[in-house]
Formats: sequence, structure tokens, C-alpha cells
Amino acid sequence: MEKTLRKYFPLFALPALVCFALAFLIPMVWGFVLSFCEFETITNPTFVGLNNYVRAFTVDNYFTQAFWFTLGFTIVTVISINILAFALALILTKNVPGTNTFRTIFFMPNLIGGIVLGWIWQVVLNGVLAGFEQTLLSDSKYGFWGLVVLMNWQNVGYMMVIYIAAIQNISSDMLEAASIDGADGKTTLFRIIIPSVMPSITICLFLTLTNGFKLYDQNLALTNGAPNHQTEMLALNIFNTFYSRVGFEGVGQAKAVMFTILVAAIALVQLVATRSKEVEN
Amino acid sequence: MKKALTIMLIALVAVSSVFAQGGSESSGKTEVYFLNFKPEIADVYTNVVEPAFEAAYPQYDLKVVTAASNQYQATLRSELTKSNPPTIFQVNGPVGIAENSSTVAPLQDTEFYGLLADKGMALSLDGNVVAVPYAVEGYGIIYNDAIMRKYFALPDKAVSISSAEEITDFDTLKAVVEDMSKHLDELGIQGVFASTSFMPGSEWRWTTHLVNPALWAEYGDLATAQSAATFEFSASENFKNIFDLYLNNSITAKGMVGSKADADSMAEFALGQVAMVQNGNWAAAQILGTQGNVVADEDIKFLPLYMGLDGEKNNGICVGTENYLAFNKNASAEALEGADIFLTWLFSSDEGKDIVTNQLLFITPFASFSADEVPNDPLAKQVNIWMNKDGVSSIPWVFNGIPSEQWKADFAQAMLEYINGRYTWDQVTQTAVDAWAREAELTGR
Repeated sequence: MEKTLRKYFPLFALPALVCFALAFLIPMVWGFVLSFCEFETITNPTFVGLNNYVRAFTVDNYFTQAFWFTLGFTIVTVISINILAFALALILTKNVPGTNTFRTIFFMPNLIGGIVLGWIWQVVLNGVLAGFEQTLLSDSKYGFWGLVVLMNWQNVGYMMVIYIAAIQNISSDMLEAASIDGADGKTTLFRIIIPSVMPSITICLFLTLTNGFKLYDQNLALTNGAPNHQTEMLALNIFNTFYSRVGFEGVGQAKAVMFTILVAAIALVQLVATRSKEVEN
Repeated sequence: MKKALTIMLIALVAVSSVFAQGGSESSGKTEVYFLNFKPEIADVYTNVVEPAFEAAYPQYDLKVVTAASNQYQATLRSELTKSNPPTIFQVNGPVGIAENSSTVAPLQDTEFYGLLADKGMALSLDGNVVAVPYAVEGYGIIYNDAIMRKYFALPDKAVSISSAEEITDFDTLKAVVEDMSKHLDELGIQGVFASTSFMPGSEWRWTTHLVNPALWAEYGDLATAQSAATFEFSASENFKNIFDLYLNNSITAKGMVGSKADADSMAEFALGQVAMVQNGNWAAAQILGTQGNVVADEDIKFLPLYMGLDGEKNNGICVGTENYLAFNKNASAEALEGADIFLTWLFSSDEGKDIVTNQLLFITPFASFSADEVPNDPLAKQVNIWMNKDGVSSIPWVFNGIPSEQWKADFAQAMLEYINGRYTWDQVTQTAVDAWAREAELTGR
């Protein structure tokens, strides 16, 4: 049996492997190759070496500017989303009346697509700013905080559900023992609850971190990088480089490769760091 | 194990070759795919042109897709790499041809090219005709003459002239506009000019059209602009004159322009909330199609873009074209043949010409159209009047010589920073000059 299974394993894995190769592996390898080429359409590349990687930084400084903007945005949203989501999860596991209704309501924004959310918030924020005769495009700080608000609104509900599941899994024996030992709310939170939900914190941090770095649709719909590329994030900058500048397709590709490596590296470091803090249940 | 691996590899090759052939059609009809540039008339293409052509030539399947708001080149780029690429696409002039030099097909043997009245208007690449213009357009400041008449009838007006036609230079325009701003309530309007739209994708009225007279003053003609490695923006002050006039006498406060699209500006004009808006004859469809349009056809007129250039009383509106059609040489031979048949049908059959004149509203450069077959809309008529006016000559479309889309984007963002008060005008000028030098070098000038 074991032997037969091993014999036919490749055949059974084949459909998935083919799909994986077609949809992921081949485009990725081809994309990596293209980052060293100059091309008009992806079928006629000519090799130019590292030129694209140099041009990504020398022609204009939008890419580095986008990096700092993205970094700032990600730091703010990772902190705010997780704190808000965790706080909501704590409240909604405390037998508040109407808990289920609240959970559903908080989760719902996550079901709306990014572009639509961007438009909705553009209308809302422009409506608020209109009172001061300003728009989202008047100052980059509006765009930044607008994106932060949008991102929180969309993601807090999702992370909240993960935290709720984790908190509900904490064995009541432990909490009971803590209260018998005389632990107050604060001690229970930091000594029992947080260490117990560490795996969920890992997942949520990972999700919010990569979401922040990869953000595209919301950015496109809310400000499209204006004013003057100051609210342009990495993904949008890559897209604009590739599609809006003639002769810069290779540069866009080079930026995309750097972006992939960067996001993968940050996520790995973060994963290792939080994994080491997890406790065995 | 080895055998299994071999089977796997063979299967992989077989499956991927099946996928590779997935693109070919088998319906028996040849698809002619036209990537349209003009959103104002997208509905006419899908609702009128497609059924009419397919009824006349049932062996063809016409597919029209529209992309605009600065997304045309990006859409074209991604569509061209697909297995079913566009057969007919638009290029905006020599720069567009350079951007698509590996795609454009020779057109000198097509019937469609044969229709062109002045063969010199077509664009060539390496000795081949590759792009044929299909619509001549004009733009300037569109004004509502009813409101202007109301203003000139005011007892306490501050100017001595008595009709909008007497405005022939920037100083007069400025005096009239600023005085009108003081009489908004009596005129029943909320601002003299419609919104200076700066929503992303709506900046084109300033980055190409408004800057055109300044480019023309500096370069003189399109050929010089196309080969210019540097741009001095010598008419920068003139540009600022009219740009400030737009901003300071607008229905929309400066801080709010970022939330306005060009469609909003046209709606404001159509609803009679403003007296003037800068746009071209293609906007006729937008004005006439706005629900609640209060502007009478005979009151829609053009003023040239006066900005204080030397001798500008002899300048007319800006007339030219950035509408060239090109064929994709990588499309199938049948599709290319179909494309020629489609365009020849559209621009020379009675049915096609009727659609072009009355619904697409093009002023065409084709010999198949007689002098009375011009669109019936008020702005097309105005373009004709201005083109034939004694003592004035039209300004050609020199902006087709702008080195790249990036220049327009940088210039637009600099203008927005100026509106938001973070750039001085000198910084805007400097951005335009620097960006031109950089983009000209990148495009190999």
C-alpha cells in the first residue's frame, strides 16, 4: 500500500503541480528574468543587466519616497488594527448583550472590495474636509490618515474574529485558578490571556503587516498617489512605473522583484520573532 | 519512480500545450477588436455602430472596448500581450507611434487610407503610413452667450465693450471675467468659470490643452516641439495669467479642485451654474446629454485661449487632432482585412457616414464627406466658423510634441501643489522645464 502510494504520488499531485507552475512558478521565474531586460511587451525582451535596478533609484526618487510612506503606514496600521481588534475581541467575549450582532457588524466591512471601500471613504472624507474647503488631495497627511482609517475600518473586524476564537479557547480552569489566586483584571490579561493567544497574535501581525505593505486597491481608489506622488505606496508605484511610463517596463519589473524580496524578508523576520514568544498550550 | 516522473513530464507538456492554444476562436466569425479612446461616445459604438456593422457584414464580429481617463496607453499595453489583441487602436500622434513602434502596421494599401482627403495628414514610420487621422477637433473657452448677453446688458458693467465677440485679448477677458465675478447674483450663476478639475485622471485640460498656446509660442510648430530637447517655458507668465483667472473666478474654491472631475465641470456649464468652461467640441455630447441642460444650442460658443501672448487678437481656437487610428500588425490577416472593411464602411457608406455625422459627431478629414456633412452640434459648427474666420488663424495642436505622459503627470502634480499653496509658480515652471529635459533625454531626443 505504502509503496503503491509512493509510486502514484506524482500522478495524483500532477493537476495541482501544473496549476501551481502555470499560475505561479512560471510567471514568477519569467518576471525575475524580465527584471534584467528591456521590453515593450513581455514577449520581446532584450537583456540589459542590472540597468533596471539602477534606474529604479536614479531617474526619480518616487520609489524610495513610496517605501518610506509604505513603511510609516504599515507601522501605524499594524499597531492600531491589532490593538483595536484585540480590545473589541475582549469586550465581545464578556457576555455583552447583542454580541453576535456586533461581531457581524464589525466583520462586514471586510466583505467589501478594496476599490469600492476606497471610493466610499473618498466620498466620506472629502465630505468632511469640504467643511474646511479642502480635499484629500490638498495635503498628503489627509491621504495618509485617510488610508489608515480605511484600513482599520476594513481589517479590525477580521482580526477581531481571530482574536475572539483564540480567547474563547482559553480554558476556563486557568482563568478560574487565576481569580482564586487573587489575580486582578490587568494581571489576568497580561499573564494569562495574552500569552495564551500568542499564536493568534502571530497570525494577525503577519496578516496586517503584509496587508499594509501590499496595499494597492485602496490606495488607487482613495488618492491615486496624489498630491505629487506623496501618498503613493510601493505597489501603486510599481504599477505606475510598469504601465504609465514607456520604456520603464523593465524598471517596474525590477522594483517588483525588490518588493517581493523585501516583503518576504520582513514577514520571515517577524514570523521568527513572534514564534519564539509562543507558549505551548 | 522514474517511469512515473516521465509520465508526469509528458502530461505537463501536453496540458500546457492545450492551454497555449486556448486563445484561438472557432465560431467561424472573424473578430475585429477596436480599442476606443473616446468615452463620450462609447455608448454609440456599442449600441449603434456594432449592430449596424454586423448587420451589413455578418461574417465579422465587431468588439469595441473603451479606455480613457489617462488609462488608454496602459490598457492598450496589457491588451496587446493577450492572445486576442486589439486590431484597431488609437495613437495620439508621433509620440504614440514611437511608443507602439513594434505594433503599428503599414496602411498605405488599405482602402481606409485612400479615403483621406489630405494624405499629408497621415503619420509615417520608416516610409510606411501607419496612422490615419479620423477626427479634427477644436477647443477653447466655451461660453454661454445668454449669460454673457445678460452681463453686457447690466447698467453698471465696468467694461466698454458690448458683446462677448469683442473680447480679443487677455486684458479684456480678465476685465470682463473679474467684473462678472462681482455680479454673480444678478447673472444667476455661482462662478464665471467651471471647476478647474484636478481629480486624478481629469488634469488633461490643463496639462495638454491649456499649455498648448504656450508651447506654440515657444516652438512655432509641431515638428519643432517634437524634436525639442529642452523647454524654456518662456510663456510661463502667460500660462499663469489664465490659470489664475480660472482659479480665482471659479465656482469651486481652490482647496476643492482635487475632488472635481472634468465631467463635473461640463455638468456645471450645462446646468447654467457657470458662464465659461475650457473644453473642445467633443464635449458637445456631454453638454447636450446632461439631464436638465438649460443652455440653448445657439448660445454655446467658443472663445480662444487668450493669455496675453503677443499679437493674440489674430489667434483663433486650437484646431488639430490627436485622434489617429492604427492597425496592429500582429493581428491575424483576416482581422486586419475586417478592420479595413469596418473603417471604410464607417467613413464612406451612407449608413456609416450618417452615424459619424449625427451620433459620433466627428468633423472628419475624409474625401467621402461633403461640405454639408458636418456634425449638427453647436460646437462643431463653431469650430467651422473659427477655422474660416477672416483675420484669425487657428493655433495648431503643438502639445502632441510633449515628450511623454510622465511630463504631463509631473506638470499636473506641480500645478496641484501650486493650487494647494505649497509651490510657488517658479517651482511649477522649474518642474515643467526639468521634467521636459529628463523625458526628452529618456525618449532619445
